[in-house]
Amino acid sequence: MAPMLDGPDQAAQAAQGGFDAERAAHHRRAAGQLEAAVLAELQQAGSALSPGEVRERLGGDLAYTTVVTILSRLHAKGLLSRQKAGRVYRYAPVADQPGLAARRMARVLDEEADREAVLARFVSSLSDRDEELLRKMLGQDLGDQEREG
Amino acid sequence: MELAVYVPLLVPALAALAARPLAARLPPAVAAWLLTASALALALASSAALGVLALSAVIRIRFIDAVGHLSGDVLRSGDAVSIPVAVLAGGLLALAAGAVGLALRRRVAAIAAAHRRARTLPGTGQVVVTEDDTADAYTLPGRPARVVITRGMLEALAGRERDVLLAHERAHARGSHYLFTSAARLAAAANPLLRPVAAEVGYAVERWADERAAAETGDRALTARAIARAALATSARPPAGAPLAPALGIARGAGPVPRRVAAMLVPPPGRSPLLLSATVLLVAASAWAALLAGLDLHQLIELAQAQR
Repeated sequence: MAPMLDGPDQAAQAAQGGFDAERAAHHRRAAGQLEAAVLAELQQAGSALSPGEVRERLGGDLAYTTVVTILSRLHAKGLLSRQKAGRVYRYAPVADQPGLAARRMARVLDEEADREAVLARFVSSLSDRDEELLRKMLGQDLGDQEREG
Repeated sequence: MELAVYVPLLVPALAALAARPLAARLPPAVAAWLLTASALALALASSAALGVLALSAVIRIRFIDAVGHLSGDVLRSGDAVSIPVAVLAGGLLALAAGAVGLALRRRVAAIAAAHRRARTLPGTGQVVVTEDDTADAYTLPGRPARVVITRGMLEALAGRERDVLLAHERAHARGSHYLFTSAARLAAAANPLLRPVAAEVGYAVERWADERAAAETGDRALTARAIARAALATSARPPAGAPLAPALGIARGAGPVPRRVAAMLVPPPGRSPLLLSATVLLVAASAWAALLAGLDLHQLIELAQAQR
């Protein structure tokens, strides 16, 4: 199979600046939704949580580094406070009037929505119905295609 | 003036209904240009119409003629706009201005952030492959634009399907498609009736890139398969216990991906000069009506100045 990519075909070290950590989540969820989920967990918890605890509460299917990145970003945006507890930080939502926190969260999520919108993704998320439709539309085709090269 | 000022307020509603059927019958590149330009023109015209409505009531206030050295009799001789309508128009205009300001600031920040990421991605080529199991591929606007493809996406596609993917993303990069979607979103911020038009612009640029990929690879069926396989790859591992994602495409009919695949399995839409001209005429009429209403008001004020 002839190489079709220009530039280096080998994998690039794209883990700098937490860039790839964002995309390391196993599931196709927008970054903004992950942040919302993390914020929600912390608000429900009622006490400061470490990244490991947050990760567990989210079902354990996110990479630890992803959770750490999200928590640091939320902290940098002023939505979380943190305290060192041993070797890890424990994060808590900023003790704020509920309205103010909600507004900040809305703004954060809106910014994420804009960042997502500016990327031109090859394919967007599929609903279950879309998935069914696609499989039906292509029927045999997908199964018959042998991987070339 | 009465009727002219309301035309620009009604046409966006028409545009919202007509956007999808119109775009489906035009070549995607034409649709993208047409819908974006129309959205911007309609947003400007409707905002101008709101301004005229609000202003025409303001000038009737007795205080204004004294302060502005204008003839109050002349000002109050023009067509009367009812107070509630004028207040509503003024309120909507203020909301629109605020919404556009916010949206512009956020969008500019997002584009700037994307440029920064594009600059700092490793490697010198346009395409960057990341070590990531999930299937994902997207284009970052930048100078130069960069295409990010995950290892997972490469492995999900077979042979020439990868060519399709590359051609598609490169088309986005070459065409600066993010400008179309951003402009349309700003227009929709000014006039929420235009949101369906902005959504169709988003879809049209995807179809545009699909058609470029099909032209470059010379195989529409291959392109259809590539889109479908890539989409199924991204859904391969459904999230367990994840927060509910917004319902994309669940509402009515098929989502954008099946529609794109379906469009690839048939020949592309041909040019339709009739549809194109009809749309341009309607948008021009809307802009013209706003201009007429504005000129009317301007003339009234000038007359009031002269007669003082």
